[in-house]
Amino acid sequence: MSNDSPLVIALSKGRIFKETLPLLAQAGIEPIDDPETSRKLILDTNQENVKVVIIRATDVPTYVQHGAADVGVAGKDVLMEHGGDGLYEPLDLKIACCRLMVAGPVDAQPVQGRLRIATKFINTTRDYYARKGEQVELIKLYGSMELAPLAGLSDRIVDVVDTGNTLKANGLEPQEHIADISSRLVVNKASLKIKHAAIKRLIADLTAAVNG
Amino acid sequence: MNNNLWLLPEGIEEVLPPDAERLESLRRRILDRYKSWGYELVMPPFIEYLESLLTGTGRELDLKTFKLIDQVSGRTLGVRADMTPQIARIEAHKLRRNVPSRLCYMGTVLNTRADDFSGSRSPLQIGLEMYGHSGVASELEVISLMLETLSLAGIRDVHLDLGHVDVYRSLARQAGLNLEQEAELFDILQRKAKAELDVFLTNQDIATEQATMLAALPELNGGPEILSLARERLAAGNAAVIAALGELESVCKSLAELDSSVPVFCDLAELRGYHYHTGMVFAAFQPGHGQEIARGGRYDEIGKVFGRARPATGFSADLKTLLRLGDVTPQESQRVFAPLDVDTTLVSAIEKLRSEGAQVVQQLPGQGDEAVEMGCTHRLVLSDKNWVVTEL
Repeated sequence: MSNDSPLVIALSKGRIFKETLPLLAQAGIEPIDDPETSRKLILDTNQENVKVVIIRATDVPTYVQHGAADVGVAGKDVLMEHGGDGLYEPLDLKIACCRLMVAGPVDAQPVQGRLRIATKFINTTRDYYARKGEQVELIKLYGSMELAPLAGLSDRIVDVVDTGNTLKANGLEPQEHIADISSRLVVNKASLKIKHAAIKRLIADLTAAVNG
Repeated sequence: MNNNLWLLPEGIEEVLPPDAERLESLRRRILDRYKSWGYELVMPPFIEYLESLLTGTGRELDLKTFKLIDQVSGRTLGVRADMTPQIARIEAHKLRRNVPSRLCYMGTVLNTRADDFSGSRSPLQIGLEMYGHSGVASELEVISLMLETLSLAGIRDVHLDLGHVDVYRSLARQAGLNLEQEAELFDILQRKAKAELDVFLTNQDIATEQATMLAALPELNGGPEILSLARERLAAGNAAVIAALGELESVCKSLAELDSSVPVFCDLAELRGYHYHTGMVFAAFQPGHGQEIARGGRYDEIGKVFGRARPATGFSADLKTLLRLGDVTPQESQRVFAPLDVDTTLVSAIEKLRSEGAQVVQQLPGQGDEAVEMGCTHRLVLSDKNWVVTEL
């Protein structure tokens, strides 16, 4: 690889991709293929030296940390859970906003002994309760968190909440606020140093797009 | 039944032919080079009392160190996870010189967790330290040797990253931050999280002038030309800040005069090893590898706990990583298959070849002609009463 190797941007499908596209467009970068219809995982863009890779949201920090992608867009929830070691987070893109919350059954009774918490955010949840001085039991799930209290698997869940409609539909309510979440631009440390000009320009353009 | 007896622990690797020979050849070349600069080799022990290993190094190294109980003394022993503190102990307590000491070392270290991206828990650490001189001349020497090490490993396209922990440390002190605030700010700066930094600075009771300077840090990175921008933005910094910028400028200038082929990047928010470094820090990067491949910096305080603080700067790298990223070809030598024979003329012919640097493998009793399978390129044959080497 040399200095003129392409700039690789890691994005995840769905909401982050849709909301990042207008920002990238203002920075002059437009993917040629649509990931919703194309099966390609590496997308060409209108700029020859910029590629977009489409990966799972939780894999974005890993790709960028190892330099497999130079920059990426990742939710703060994913970054908090990952730890974000070895990554720069120079810009809050203010997209895909939501809240990370503890939720439980409406009018839940206080629980005797340790709370059982179902979540995919194991590290974040452990840290949150440790800071509160509370010992809890964590149950790692990969999806459909809302089912866990209904099925008696857990007392509470920790998950990202947008409108709260899914919680409501399942007889749950948000109870404690852990963090405000939005998507961040993340940058590989070595890339910032080696592809400095291209990345600084991208950060400046995206900053203008976010504020504009 | 366990059928996986061959399995190695996670992150523990072995080096097999032909890589082992390449590694060894690189090790020799590098240590010879250090010797030619007057660096003396030291061989610290693999395990030591934990307290000596962890002195003045911070919690991170503690977590990385394997521990065991010494059955003789009842004390806790640590397997070294970094050789630098060992060299500091040796320098401060054993050598006790008053002139500058130049020391180099090479050895396996063990880490409880594979935190670098090679996934290895047993890096082969190689490095050197210069004790007894504070000033950019020693930084320049160490940086030059770091770059030479990478070039001996055949690593091309190296980028050099320079930082200086005094810039942040002095600005934080000037702003009157307490330890907790400083730790939070440190975490934000490590991530260059501009938005969080602005929120943090607004929420703390910091004078506007100091807050503006701290807010500038994550953007003060780029080629050496950013140092003049830093002089403007950090003009209200105290003497230590200005001195740190001066040192960076001086090193950049000398590097440009020495070898302009290595791009230099300055980053004033780069706080690698902040907890024990006391001055300039530096690292080398290679395109396509997401993490630094060699790193170092100044740590003037570390010898204090062993009775003698001396100015110190040095660097280290993992030789296995360098081998993987670089291009090392050991010196070519013939591999000759010699027949099974007790003839004295054969014995002396073999001896002659070996002393000339060839590898000679002799056929064993009961073995057929397996020269090719044995990886030989040549064969020793009797021709007209003389033993001659013929190509296979």
